[in-house]
Amino acid sequence: MNEDQETTLDTLKPGEKASIRKVRVKGTARRKLMDMGMVAGTEIELVRNAPLGDPMDYNIKGYHLSIRKEEAKQIFITKL
Amino acid sequence: MEAGKIKIALTGNPNVGKTTLFNALTGSRQHVGNWPGVTVEKKSGSVSYKEYDIEVIDLPGTYSLTAYSMDEIVARDFIIEEKPDIVIQVVDASNLERNLYLTTQLMELGSKILIVLNMCDIAEERGDRIYIDKMQELLATPVIRTVASQKEGICDLLDKVIEQKEVQQHHGHEIGYGTEIEDRILEIEKVLAEDETRDTRYPLRWISIRLLEGDSNVREKISKSPVYDRVIQIIDSIDQEEYEAEIADKRYLAINTVFPQMCTRANGKLTKSDMIDRVLTNKYLGIPIFLALMWGAFELTFAFATPFMDMIDLSATWFAEYVSSSLQPAWLASLVGDGIIGGVGAVLVFVPNIFILFFLLSLLEGSGYLARAAFIMDKLMYKIGMHGKSFIPMLMGFGCNVPAIMAARSIEDEKDRLITILVVPFVSCGARLPIYVLFAGTFFGRQAGTVIFGMYVLGIIIAIISAKLLRATVVKGKPAPFIMELPPYRVPTLKTSLIHMWDNGFMYIKKAGTIILVGVVVIWVLASFPWGVQYGSEDSYVGSLGHAVAPLLKPLGFDWKISVALIFGLVAKEIVVASMGVLYGAGESSDVLSDRLIADSGMTALTSLSLMAFSLLYMPCVATVGVIRKETGSWKWAVFAIFYGIIVAWITAFVIYQGGVLLGY
Repeated sequence: MNEDQETTLDTLKPGEKASIRKVRVKGTARRKLMDMGMVAGTEIELVRNAPLGDPMDYNIKGYHLSIRKEEAKQIFITKL
Repeated sequence: MEAGKIKIALTGNPNVGKTTLFNALTGSRQHVGNWPGVTVEKKSGSVSYKEYDIEVIDLPGTYSLTAYSMDEIVARDFIIEEKPDIVIQVVDASNLERNLYLTTQLMELGSKILIVLNMCDIAEERGDRIYIDKMQELLATPVIRTVASQKEGICDLLDKVIEQKEVQQHHGHEIGYGTEIEDRILEIEKVLAEDETRDTRYPLRWISIRLLEGDSNVREKISKSPVYDRVIQIIDSIDQEEYEAEIADKRYLAINTVFPQMCTRANGKLTKSDMIDRVLTNKYLGIPIFLALMWGAFELTFAFATPFMDMIDLSATWFAEYVSSSLQPAWLASLVGDGIIGGVGAVLVFVPNIFILFFLLSLLEGSGYLARAAFIMDKLMYKIGMHGKSFIPMLMGFGCNVPAIMAARSIEDEKDRLITILVVPFVSCGARLPIYVLFAGTFFGRQAGTVIFGMYVLGIIIAIISAKLLRATVVKGKPAPFIMELPPYRVPTLKTSLIHMWDNGFMYIKKAGTIILVGVVVIWVLASFPWGVQYGSEDSYVGSLGHAVAPLLKPLGFDWKISVALIFGLVAKEIVVASMGVLYGAGESSDVLSDRLIADSGMTALTSLSLMAFSLLYMPCVATVGVIRKETGSWKWAVFAIFYGIIVAWITAFVIYQGGVLLGY
C-alpha cells in the first residue's frame, strides 16, 4: 500500500474527505497548522478551491481553514 | 479601597466576538495604545460594578500561545508577568473544539480562568447543543453564556468575576503528555529549579513544555541562566518535530475525550454562512463580486470623503489668510499662516479618508468578508511575493498612501506587512494626478491619457519589482504561509466599527500628525529664509537647495526650478504644480503656466516624461513618511523608504531621459 502512504492533502477533490496522517510542513507553519487542528486522525474535507485555483478552503473540526497547495502537498492523508 | 480593584484580561481566538464583548463591558471608557516595544495594539478599559473598579485588558486574539506571532508572545507574557486576577477566555460556541485548544494552554499558565461562551445563538441555530453544567464540571472552570452583540449575560459575567476574585484556589487542570514526554518535562524542570535567580513568575512545567516544543522565545528568555547549557543538552537529544506533533496531539486528544460529553454537534446541516460562501467565493462569481465590492469601498473612501476634505482644505486656507492679514509683523503672519495652520491643515485633510476607510475595513472584517478577500486574491499576490491581505492596502494606495499604509495592519506576518508598507508609496495616489495632468496635458496633447495611464502602470510595475527585490535583500525570506480561518459570516456591529474608526483616526492625528506638522514647518522655514526674501523664490533657502541639488538632477533633464518644485512636493505631491506656478511667475493659472512651460527651452516632452516618472517614485510625501514611521515603529524604515524611493526614481528617470536623448527625442 505504498501508493496510499504518499497521498497528500492537495489531491482531495471538493466534497472528498480524508483523515490526516502526518504533517511534514517545516518551520513555524508546522506549529501553526497543528494549533489549528491538523493533528493525526483528524477528519478533513475540501470544501472548494479559491476562484483562481489556490488557496483551498477546508473544513476541519467544524470550521473553515484556508491553506495554499504548497503546504497541502506536505500533509499526508488517508482518503475516506 | 484596595480590595475593590480587579484586573481582568480578555483572551480568545480571533473572530469570536472578543472586541464586541470588550466594548460592551467598557463602553467609551477605553484607552488604545501600543504594547511597549512592539507594534501590537494594546486596548484597555475599565468598568465600575458593585463597588468594584474592574480594569479590563483586551489581549490580542490568538489561536494558541506559542511564539508563532508577536500577538501570541504579547498575550502570554502579559498573563504570566502581570498576573491578572482573572483571565477570561471568550469562546465561540459554534466552534468549540478548536477554541478549547487555547483553553488547554491557558490552564498550563496557571492563571484563574473564566470561560465566556459567546455566539450561542449561532450554534443553536445550527442545531448544536452545549451542556454548560457539564462543561463547567469537566473543565473545572466557570462558564458564562453571553450574546455580546446584544449585551446579554454581561451582568452575569461581572457577578461571576467578583465571585471568582474571592476564590483562592487555582485549579490545576493539566494535560498528561505520556510517559516519555512527561519524563523529559520532569528532567528539565529539575535542572531549571537549580537556578536560584530564575524568574519565578514563569511556571517551570510551562517553560519545560515550551522548550520541548522548540519555542525560540522561551529559549531566549532562559539564555542568561547558568543552567542554560544543560537544558539545551536535554532538548538537543530529542526529535523536536516528533515532540511538537505529540504535544499538539495530546492536547486535542484531551479535548476530544471531554468534548462529546459537553456538546452534540448537528451533522451536515448547511449553515447560512455556507450558503453565502457558495456565492461569494464561487468560481465564476467570486472575482466579479470582489471587484465590485472593492470598487465600492474605494469610491466611498475617496469620492465620499472629497467634499469633507475640500471643506477642511478651504477652512485651513481661509483661516491662514485671515491670520496672515491680521498679524504683524509679516514673518510671524507667514509662520502662523503658511507654516503652522498650513501644517495642521495638511494633517487634518486626511482625516475623512482615514475615518471612512477604517469604518469600512471594520465592517468587512466584522462581516467575515475580509478573510475571503485575502482568500480570493492570494494566488495573484503570492506570485508577486506578497500576501492575499496585501491587496486592499495596495488598492487603497491609488486614493492616498497614508490610509493605505495604515490598512496594512491586518497583515499578521511582520515581513509581509513591512514589504506592503514599503511598496505602497509607489502606487500612484490621487495627489500625483495633478502633476501628470499639467505635464501630459501640456506636452502630449492627444496622447495625454495614454501617458497618464502609463504612469499608473509604471507605479505598479515598480511596486512589484520592489516587492521581489526587498524579499531578496533587506526583508529576506519567503512570504509567510497562508494559514487562515475563514470565519462564519456575521452582521457586524455598528458600535464596534465606529469605535474602530475613531481609535484609528485619533491615533493617526496623534502619532503621524506631529511628524507631518514638523515636516511642513521645516519646509516653511526653508522657503521663508533668509530674512526678507519672497516666499519660495530663488533667493530663499529652498532656492539655494534647488540650485545645490540641480547638478545631481541634471542627468534627468531637470533644472533648478524643477528641483525646487520637487522639494516642495515633499509636503504633498500636488504642490509641485503650485510651486512651478510660482517659479514660472504664472500664479494660479494653469493655462499661463502651460504656455510658459512650452516657451522654456529647457522643458521638452522628454523632460516632462522624466519629471512625471520622478514625481511618481521619489520619496514619499511627509505624511506618508510619518505613517511609515508610526506603523513600522522605527525611523529606520521611514528613512529607508525615503532613500530607496529617491534612488529608484533617479534610476527610472535617468533611463527615460538618457534613453530618450539617445533615441533622438
